[in-house]
Amino acid sequence: MADSSKQKIDGTLEPRRQPPTKPSTTTPSGIEVPVVVTPDMVSDRTPEMPGEYPFTRGIFPDGFRGRLWTIRQYSGFGTAEESNARYRFLLDQGQTGLSVALDLPTQCGYDPTDPLARTEVGKVGVSLSNLAEAEILFDGIDLGGISTSFTINGTASIIYAMYCAVADKKGVPRQKLTGTIQNDILKEYVARGTWIFPVRPSMRLIADTILFSYDQTPRFNAISIAGAHVRDAGCTAVEEMGYTLANGLAYIDELIRRGGDVEKFARRLSFFFYVHMDFFEEVCKFRAGRRLWAKLLTERYGVKDPKALMFRFGVVCGGSSLVGAQPDNNVVRVGIENMAAVMGGAQSIFTAAFDEAYQIPTEHSAEIAVRTQQIVAHESGIARTVDPLGGSHYVEWLTNQMEDEVMKVIDEIEAYGGVTKAVEDGWLQLKIAQRATERKRKVDSGETVVVGQNYFRREDQKDGVAELFKLDPQASARVIEKFEKVRDNRNDGAVAAALAALESAAAKNGENLMPYLIDCCHAYATVGEMVATLKSQWGEFEEPVRL
Amino acid sequence: MSLNGKRILIAKPGLDGHDVGAKIIALALRDAGADVIYTGLRRSPDYIARVAVDEDVDAVGLSILSGSHKELVEETVRCLENLDAGDIHLFVGGTIPGEDHDDLRDAGARGIFTAEMTIDAVVAAIEADLHT
Repeated sequence: MADSSKQKIDGTLEPRRQPPTKPSTTTPSGIEVPVVVTPDMVSDRTPEMPGEYPFTRGIFPDGFRGRLWTIRQYSGFGTAEESNARYRFLLDQGQTGLSVALDLPTQCGYDPTDPLARTEVGKVGVSLSNLAEAEILFDGIDLGGISTSFTINGTASIIYAMYCAVADKKGVPRQKLTGTIQNDILKEYVARGTWIFPVRPSMRLIADTILFSYDQTPRFNAISIAGAHVRDAGCTAVEEMGYTLANGLAYIDELIRRGGDVEKFARRLSFFFYVHMDFFEEVCKFRAGRRLWAKLLTERYGVKDPKALMFRFGVVCGGSSLVGAQPDNNVVRVGIENMAAVMGGAQSIFTAAFDEAYQIPTEHSAEIAVRTQQIVAHESGIARTVDPLGGSHYVEWLTNQMEDEVMKVIDEIEAYGGVTKAVEDGWLQLKIAQRATERKRKVDSGETVVVGQNYFRREDQKDGVAELFKLDPQASARVIEKFEKVRDNRNDGAVAAALAALESAAAKNGENLMPYLIDCCHAYATVGEMVATLKSQWGEFEEPVRL
Repeated sequence: MSLNGKRILIAKPGLDGHDVGAKIIALALRDAGADVIYTGLRRSPDYIARVAVDEDVDAVGLSILSGSHKELVEETVRCLENLDAGDIHLFVGGTIPGEDHDDLRDAGARGIFTAEMTIDAVVAAIEADLHT
């Protein structure tokens, strides 16, 4: 594609670039698409009915007619009080599930007073350093009646323990808790970066949470195996699904080593993906992934219970598909992605706000994001029948292509020696970085069109959002003040005893740490203290830095 | 003009784990001829300044997407000055709202790069700056 644009030295683009006049013929994953797909091109794999193995057309026979997807907006910032107010606002607007964004100190296991944490308290999420904060965060919210998702990984077991503890304090039986912790550490090593411990003890903690969940919180998903972050970090839709399923298989192997029953725990596995802009590729990614997962569990592990074969997933629409150039256009992008998620059969959807490429959403942009889902759900009519695109020659053809390509990605990882090895020596990290460069170069060169950014710019275009979100500059100081108050007023003997019990349990292989973590939470031990205790036994992950 | 012989440290200060931009720029600067060192995640400004001095770099590029850019840039400048290394050129990349750019420049950043810019433009800007 001819590139007539010139760069100014400060990096802004000249507006005069000739737009392409024809659509591209290849999907972003590199699948070459024919002009027209004919029935003979898809005759080898005819999809079954929805709700039937291997679930190409969806896991439920009645699709969304039985129940609409959960509208679950990722949200949280500053203090527990401010975040609690935003949750109540979102619930008032018709959001149907909570999704808690935690700040980086909480995610990386540092107390708000830690020198490394000081500048980050309450910035990208809410600070949740101990049980007292959780009590404020969920004040006035019925934990038995709403499902709560936590994007938490390195400290997932601790936050899960805290959620159980806050339910205990509120008198909500643990059996009634619904929701998810992300708890997918493998992808943290590859993208996103909130790892704490080395790979192997981290895998143990994940197994602990899953094994604990199936009798203590049987309606709570103790893991959401996430492809979203490697996707946003640079890889393609095919690789996103491939790496995610490979990670899922690695967790199954770990759970089986711990003596878990795959028929039982497979029902507690859920997944999480990004939806980016290429509509049909996204729809077919989900159809292909759902089918392949069911086949892999049947063929490799002999799983029979249909419920254990069901590929349940949430999505986020937005991320790096949203741009800072003319950000109002992101409303349209998210709307299209939202439709792809529904056509793909997602169980829960988070639609990012149009200003999210820049900042924490304002109340205004957060409301538009919720309304987008309500318009798709109740005005567009696409949720009326199950898998409305099923049977389209193109959709079935592309689903088949994606399935084959995803399997190749899994084969490549296994040939390399498995996910754990690929992560420990940095192979996967480097691959993603290279992919990110390729993706960025395609935008830079104009091969990928980003409206308002590399094409169709106005001469006088000024990028940026009209309304800025400003974090309360005092929030961090208030968090630290509350933190110190809790620390001064708790029973130090009880804290020390709970942490000592955790330490000796961590030293023993095969001991499930969840009950010990819950005891620590009840004693108001802090996230930083629990993490430090575990680090004393396990050490820290050493990041393989490869360029 | 090229980056041959120039030594550049790409660093991730704070707890933010978004390292895609850092790695893209590190790879591109290396392709342009520079010797590039990448710190990996979760480094304190003090650590970054010490590595910059030990490795005798010409420039440090900080990648920040957590919203903590003002504090982290100011602290890194302070740490470099404490080590008598205030002459090392400092660049910042990441999610940096336009209205913060002047503050960062005042604090000592010689270039501010965001996702909308092309890789080549970022490399060219660093090249031009290191040859002045």
